[in-house]
Amino acid sequence: MPLLQLHNMTVPLPQKRAFIKRAHSVVPIVDRVSLQLYRGEVYGLVGESGCGKSTTARAMIGLNRITEGQILFQGEDIASLSRNKRREQMKDMQMIFQDPYSSLNPRKNVWNSIAEPLRNFERLSKEEELRKVQALVERVGLNPESLYQYPHQFSGGQRQRIGIARALALQPKLLIADEPVSALDVSVQAQVLNFMKDIQQEYGLTMLFISHDLGIVRHMCDRIGIMYQGRLVEEGTVEDIFERPCHLYTKRLLAAVPEMDPDKRLKKLQERQRIQHEYEQQVDEFFDAAGRVKELRKITATHSAAVK
Amino acid sequence: MIAFIIKRTFLMIPQLLLLSVLIFFLAKQMPGDAVTGAFMGKPNVSAEQMEKIRQQHGLNDPWIVQYGRWIGDAIRGDFGQSFVHKQPVTQLLAGRIENTIWLSLATLIVTYLLAIPLGLIAGRWTGGFADQLIVTYNYVSFATPVFVFALLMLYVFGFVLDWFPSGGSVDIRMEEGSMEYMGDKLKHLVLPVLSGSLLLTYSTVQYLRNEIIETKVKDFVKTARAKGVPENVVYNRHILRHSMLPIAAFLGYEITGLIAGSVFIETIFSYPGLGRLFIDSIMARDFTVVTALVLISGAAVIVGTMLSDIILRIVDPRIRLG
Amino acid sequence: MEDNLLTIHKLRTSFLIDGEFHRAVDGVSLTIHRNEVVAIVGESGCGKSALALSIMGLHPKERTRIEGSVEFQGQNLLQLSTAKLNQIRGKQLAMIFQDPMTALHPLLTVGRQIKEVMDVHLPLSTKEKKQRVLQLLEQVGIQTSAQVYQHYPHELSGGMRQRVLIAMALACDPVLLIADEPTTALDVTIQAQIMELMKELQQQSQAGILLITHDLGVVAEMADRVAVMYAGEIVELATVHELFHHPLHPYTRSLLHSLPSGQQQKLHVIDGMVPAIERLKRSGCRFAPRIPWISNELHEDDPVLREIAPGHYVRCTCHQHFYLPADRIGDETDAPFTAT
Repeated sequence: MPLLQLHNMTVPLPQKRAFIKRAHSVVPIVDRVSLQLYRGEVYGLVGESGCGKSTTARAMIGLNRITEGQILFQGEDIASLSRNKRREQMKDMQMIFQDPYSSLNPRKNVWNSIAEPLRNFERLSKEEELRKVQALVERVGLNPESLYQYPHQFSGGQRQRIGIARALALQPKLLIADEPVSALDVSVQAQVLNFMKDIQQEYGLTMLFISHDLGIVRHMCDRIGIMYQGRLVEEGTVEDIFERPCHLYTKRLLAAVPEMDPDKRLKKLQERQRIQHEYEQQVDEFFDAAGRVKELRKITATHSAAVK
Repeated sequence: MIAFIIKRTFLMIPQLLLLSVLIFFLAKQMPGDAVTGAFMGKPNVSAEQMEKIRQQHGLNDPWIVQYGRWIGDAIRGDFGQSFVHKQPVTQLLAGRIENTIWLSLATLIVTYLLAIPLGLIAGRWTGGFADQLIVTYNYVSFATPVFVFALLMLYVFGFVLDWFPSGGSVDIRMEEGSMEYMGDKLKHLVLPVLSGSLLLTYSTVQYLRNEIIETKVKDFVKTARAKGVPENVVYNRHILRHSMLPIAAFLGYEITGLIAGSVFIETIFSYPGLGRLFIDSIMARDFTVVTALVLISGAAVIVGTMLSDIILRIVDPRIRLG
Repeated sequence: MEDNLLTIHKLRTSFLIDGEFHRAVDGVSLTIHRNEVVAIVGESGCGKSALALSIMGLHPKERTRIEGSVEFQGQNLLQLSTAKLNQIRGKQLAMIFQDPMTALHPLLTVGRQIKEVMDVHLPLSTKEKKQRVLQLLEQVGIQTSAQVYQHYPHELSGGMRQRVLIAMALACDPVLLIADEPTTALDVTIQAQIMELMKELQQQSQAGILLITHDLGVVAEMADRVAVMYAGEIVELATVHELFHHPLHPYTRSLLHSLPSGQQQKLHVIDGMVPAIERLKRSGCRFAPRIPWISNELHEDDPVLREIAPGHYVRCTCHQHFYLPADRIGDETDAPFTAT
């Protein structure tokens, strides 16, 4: 049984309050998305800004209202749970945010930041708490002295480590990472990515890794889902997506990734033009009359795509 | 845009209604009523007779009926009789509203004429000599109480130097409608307006200065400079335009603030406006007048807020369309 | 040389921080030729943006000290008055900024903002200017130019805004364009479009481009020559082919290895952090603290950029002895970076 399952999950656009309710055909931010996260895997959710990938994650931890579909976590429908039960479940699901600068309270030192989830969920004595926080700080590779320092005293990479330590405090089963390295420099990015991979393997964590960077997703993930206009357009293993992309949008996305060999520029340019041409020719096969992404269809056991 | 204005106007109705109910009840809580007021100190009217008059005038009706009658009259412009002046409140207010509007508008214009250049200079050359001077002026004007400053102005320019009249809104001997009449009106405005605006500039100067300091490091300012736009144009077009947003948004509130805040100025310069009438009426317990004035200034606040909303929509396209 | 567009000579830009001047750009020399794209690549804080703003004269004068010279069309830009500089900026020398969300004035229409460049520089009638704006918008791939002319920036998508900024930069046919992270804020598919557009326009106009970026992928796609900056200095300068196929400086090699290529198990991590400019080393190899396994004797005392192969310059001798520790890159050895 998967650790987490989304069944036709739909998140509507936030509605403006209006005097008279008008009938509307507004496209939801997340439109009937179904996916499974299996224990111990890293699932990459990829797409461009506004495609609904972050909203999907936010809906999972209850920050966005869903109007349709279900979220099954450890086999239970989250919406049907009592408050207390849901609280218990939410403990096992933690999130890391994109911007380590703004996701930490500037007035809380590292100890208090990391201890916050512990205080919310567990009754620990001060010594126990300190021991636990110390262990976490050590695990994420920060100095023991950093316990008493404040977020502004750290670099971006270190702050992201604090964020990770906080997410790990309750020993979650699922870690949701929303663009965890996009605000970081290349060298720091490598550091955080390596570290996240270590942690994932060490604790056998299930991870939902959200990113717009295909190179990073390829490096980090086992399976990948590509999102476009609130829908999944293609899903498969890393090989499925990178070696045998089926959906036009996936192909276009892959072709857009900069070519790292300057000698192959021309080839890349031609490839892009070919795919753009294909895109214009075959739009009808991949999108319905209203321009919406079609339903996912299984291609192989691991690979599915929204093709007719 | 028009749809917004209409919508926004409709939104005012419940606000005004709530305000009027509130004021009605406050007025009811005041000791005595119109009858006690009218016959106060007349020993030849007995308690029974007063009760009878109350009955006749519907003062014993349920509150909802009384409120309906009161608000109905108010909408038609009838606020009842003033106990003190023995004339309809409406008549009493008519001339004074005009005076107060004149005073407020003039004060507002002079305030902006002073504050915008000052704020621009201070924000552009932050830390320079001019900036220091302006900031000092700002502190002083913020700390000076209106009545002290106004009295000082009155003493120096009205009394010692005798450049300007020291009271009233127009010389009584002037012929209404003539050029001299208008000139004299303006002359009477100078001292009250200057006393008000010299002290009122501080909030606008301070706002504008901070906004300009914040705006001048924005990316679009770099873009403008990279285009080769001369420095004066960078400030006067790009930076000032952006920095004026909060000030434009404040304009509506500023107007209502002025109408409500003219009490001191009008009293000191014995300028026949609403502010002074308000003080006089409270002193004389002329409740019908007080109630009418509170209702008017409350309504002015609500209208001012609406004006602010509309102005902001006009100047900021992001709100206009979002 | 005749086709030299811009010659930067020993440029040093210092900022006033806590009462002291600190060097953000320290002795950069670089030449850009006509019809050439030169990329400056480096991580945040390396001084690449400070360099671009120094050329354009956009640093606040009170808090900046700029030394050296920037020769452009026979004039030293650093010694021009603001008024003189304004005759060049936006005309022969134009700039595109990083964030198209904030680089446009939110309260002015797009058309007016592009037209403003011509108001300053070109003696055209209002009608002619509008005509030219529409033409420029079409040139950067905006078909609905007449509508976009009336639009405010917030009504446009990020990619459209970047196109508007490019149109604005091209308004007076500049001979040199400085592009500071022109695609960083954009999605990959839009980035690909903008890169293609810029190359196309550059080939038409034969202008030079100074491209500032942190993204090695953008460099590989756009540049003819590349300068790698670290801690205010150029540490390596080479043609784009040389740099990606035979990178020499330890920093360049480390950077290339820290990118996920789809093959490594572990990414290479560069030890330590980029030093804050208040704590920059003023002497010796500035990258030395970050490769502690290379012993001190292998660094030069006063490293200079040296031409190793024709057109390929490297700072410090440490590159001859540099190797990436095998345990840091997992199963890969220190083979030169190969593209996937």
